[in-house]
Amino acid sequence: MRKSSKRGLAGGGLLLAVGIAILLSPFASNSPDGLERVAQDKGFTEKETSHLAFQAPIQNYAIPGVKSGWLSTPMAGGIGTVLTFGLVYGIAQTLAWRRKRNSDR
Amino acid sequence: MHIPDGFLDTKTWLALDLASATTLGVAVRKTRNIIGEKQIPLMGVMAAFIFAAQMINFPVAAGTSGHFMGGVLAAILLGPFSAGLILAVVLIVQCVVFQDGGITALGANIFNMGIIGNIGGYMLYLAARRLGGKSRVSTGAVFVAAWLSIVLAAGACAVELALSGTVPLKVALPAMAGVHAIIGVGEGLITVLVLKFIMRVRPDLLELEKV
Repeated sequence: MRKSSKRGLAGGGLLLAVGIAILLSPFASNSPDGLERVAQDKGFTEKETSHLAFQAPIQNYAIPGVKSGWLSTPMAGGIGTVLTFGLVYGIAQTLAWRRKRNSDR
Repeated sequence: MHIPDGFLDTKTWLALDLASATTLGVAVRKTRNIIGEKQIPLMGVMAAFIFAAQMINFPVAAGTSGHFMGGVLAAILLGPFSAGLILAVVLIVQCVVFQDGGITALGANIFNMGIIGNIGGYMLYLAARRLGGKSRVSTGAVFVAAWLSIVLAAGACAVELALSGTVPLKVALPAMAGVHAIIGVGEGLITVLVLKFIMRVRPDLLELEKV
């Protein structure tokens, strides 16, 4: 595959995903999801515990210190989308290198 | 259906950590055996798209929302094991960076949304394709496979809640399956639409070797 085509897919696809995260996330429904709904209806919501030993840096998809939800959620979405892309791309690239090295031997 | 901390007891989440870690180990080896230049960007883009789409909760019946899961979409393009790897990374980022899904429930969430749904849905998709004898993607098979992946994940979640003593199975299973049967319609529609879009703009991506 040509290099430009590989870059085109990565760049175009990532742009599309970031666009979705930034532009659509403010319109996402805040209603409880399927499991939260069942937990409320069947009365086991209170079993949820917050883990004292672990606090994620960006709670509830809101950047700390950014007050406006219209700004904070899209920012969190953009960061998460790019981070996820980078991690999976890196893992896939590493696996491909290892495959090539094994087959060269 | 990201399970938070506290819903599962220790034996259940430990067992699911083990099950998910073992399956992901297999997935890494299988993916490494087939991965080529074309799969690398597509895996990254698929993960980015799934993360983004999972943020967009859409309303379903009676004050409830659901969101796209993406397992069957990734499995149809890249295969169920690569899909498992992608979903695992999405779920790890959601958990570790955004506290979406409990840290003790991470293995369970990967098992439900990254493994059971993809593999079950993809197997149904393959069976339907074989029966239809068509080499092209059949819209009906894609829709049902994507729908099934959500219901399977919800069913697994219900079983885990019951094993943990959180809620009896006869209460959890119909409730979880019922609400997710509705959310699954959204999953089916989005999966079909995205595949149709890819068929139009990059049909070559449907012909990749899958694992």
